[in-house]
Amino acid sequence: MQDNGPVAQTVGTGKDDSMPPTATRTWADLKQDQPASRRSIPEGLWLRCPSCAQMIYRRQMESNQHVCPECNHHYRIGAAERIRQLADTDTFVPMFTNLRAKDPLSFTDLKAYPDRLRAEQIKTGQNEGCQAGELFIKGRAAVAACLDLTFMMGSMGSVVGETLTRAIEHATQKSLPLVIVSCSGGARMQEAGLSLMQMAKTSAALARFDDKGGLFISVLTDPTTGGVTASFAMLGDVILAEPQALIGFAGPRVIQQTIRQELPEGFQRSEFLLKKGMVDRVVHRHQLRSEIARLIDYSGV
Amino acid sequence: MATFYQLDFEKPLAELDERIAQAEKASPPAPVPAFGGLENAEAGVTNPKGSSESQALRAERDAMLRKLYENLSPWNTVRVARHPDRPQTRDYIARMCRDFCELHGDRRYGEDTAIVTGFGRIGNRKVLIVGHQKGKTTQEKLGCHFGCAHPEGYRKALAKMELAAKFGVPIVTLVDTPGAYPGLGAEERGQAEAIAVNMREMSRLPVPIVSIVIGEGGSGGALGIAVADRVAMLRNSWYSVISPEGCAAILWKQANEQTNTAAAEALKLTANDNLALGIVDAVIDEPVGGAHRDPQGAAEHLQGWITAQLDELTGLEPQALMDARYERFRKLGSFDELPLDAANA
Ligand SMILES: [Zn+2]
Repeated sequence: MQDNGPVAQTVGTGKDDSMPPTATRTWADLKQDQPASRRSIPEGLWLRCPSCAQMIYRRQMESNQHVCPECNHHYRIGAAERIRQLADTDTFVPMFTNLRAKDPLSFTDLKAYPDRLRAEQIKTGQNEGCQAGELFIKGRAAVAACLDLTFMMGSMGSVVGETLTRAIEHATQKSLPLVIVSCSGGARMQEAGLSLMQMAKTSAALARFDDKGGLFISVLTDPTTGGVTASFAMLGDVILAEPQALIGFAGPRVIQQTIRQELPEGFQRSEFLLKKGMVDRVVHRHQLRSEIARLIDYSGV
Repeated sequence: MATFYQLDFEKPLAELDERIAQAEKASPPAPVPAFGGLENAEAGVTNPKGSSESQALRAERDAMLRKLYENLSPWNTVRVARHPDRPQTRDYIARMCRDFCELHGDRRYGEDTAIVTGFGRIGNRKVLIVGHQKGKTTQEKLGCHFGCAHPEGYRKALAKMELAAKFGVPIVTLVDTPGAYPGLGAEERGQAEAIAVNMREMSRLPVPIVSIVIGEGGSGGALGIAVADRVAMLRNSWYSVISPEGCAAILWKQANEQTNTAAAEALKLTANDNLALGIVDAVIDEPVGGAHRDPQGAAEHLQGWITAQLDELTGLEPQALMDARYERFRKLGSFDELPLDAANA
């Protein structure tokens, strides 16, 4: 597993800043990229913000915790970048890095699962879609686990479920607060029923953590859907959400197909969930560390 | 029965039945059996025999039925699991339970008829029954969204399970849903939260819980009432993280007969597959030709398994019960564990 070094995995780092912007990108390219731009940040020195449509200097956005300096759009980030943002400098100690996915179902769709895994590992430089360990957040010790959207859409299979469960059990044993940052398309289809069982496994582990009086802060980021939302992610003692994150059980497209009508503006976004009473606070990325620290202090754990 | 032969792989059976009917019309056995579809199949065999032709045809039909159902493909298993005449939770309650006392409502928002809850007696044992209901008539199906529960359904289930736990009454859940309902109201009222809380709380209820997938075990909507000490599947049910059609649409980019078949195979969703993966503890056999041909027989198999499990679980201390339930789910998953130094190298 990649160490916790300060390397953002979602995007190329600023190696290209010696190149003039025109060398890599034209306005036409950027326009073409727009539909996909929510999913990944296009390479290049400048990028067009999918939210405010402004041209943004990439380095400025990255040094702003991957938040648009113009409109506060929260870009999607990988687990390593997330941990770098959350943890006090050099305090993260990765754990459970020795778990590797198998192919228990010999699953093949248009591509065999082992091939898919290998491709994702090469693409991301990571072994799986979850990183966990101990860290300090503003001086408070905690156990954290972060899903990684760049690895198979942050989907939960056996390894992700096991890593989370071990993190929960570790927090239980050491009486440490637990922070899980979620972003996921849901349970991983390639492990089918075993992925489904990770929902019960993580939820049951949280029951034991709760029995021991542990504090679980669940942080929901864009997007958190399916079996991840319907298990540990919605079981936080406190649930925080990043602005404008898509959060739901069913995906918007499935709902639209079922009810055959347009979905209301802002449906399944963080602010919508706040209004419906499903999350405690919508928290700007810049405030996430201090909000978590504050909640740890209030819980006295 | 217009809907009975809806499965194309049963077409040869339907043709044989036609020929049997004709043969018996030509030389009626005495007394004339009221032949009205396959529910009378067993009765037909033991009735005073008709002509030797109809006897031979019947034997052929029975052999064919047995063979067809012994070799169901995963996709055809899904289709049997969805058969409109397949017994549902209310059918099993009627056949297994005495004195069923239905309890309604989640005390928060409403009453969801997609999940039935209530006290009943199985044999001389008091239980709480919780089960998805997909509906039989058009009106009932629409009312319960074809067995797709809303958050209030899951919350009702938990409320009644907690009630049972308070009085030490064991819980029996019957799973039969394509999945939890995907809709505006369901999302607004916290579908994900309702399912998650059910799983967390079921893991620490201090009474025995047994669950059986009786038809469709569709993803979180199924698991939301299936965190149990013992989990079984009826032979012709399916249980997985997504329906074959949903899986095909995403991974094969389109859902059609061919991709649904491929997805159903890939998902390892049959009872035997789930048993091999350790996801369920037992497969309960159905009468020959599926539960829809003999609901009473299916109910007896189901009741036999439930009673045997409750006999074993009832004597256990609550803490031992909950610990064993935790371990049951804790060990599920398949992965390699490398030596740590190798992993970090
Ligand atoms: Zn912007």
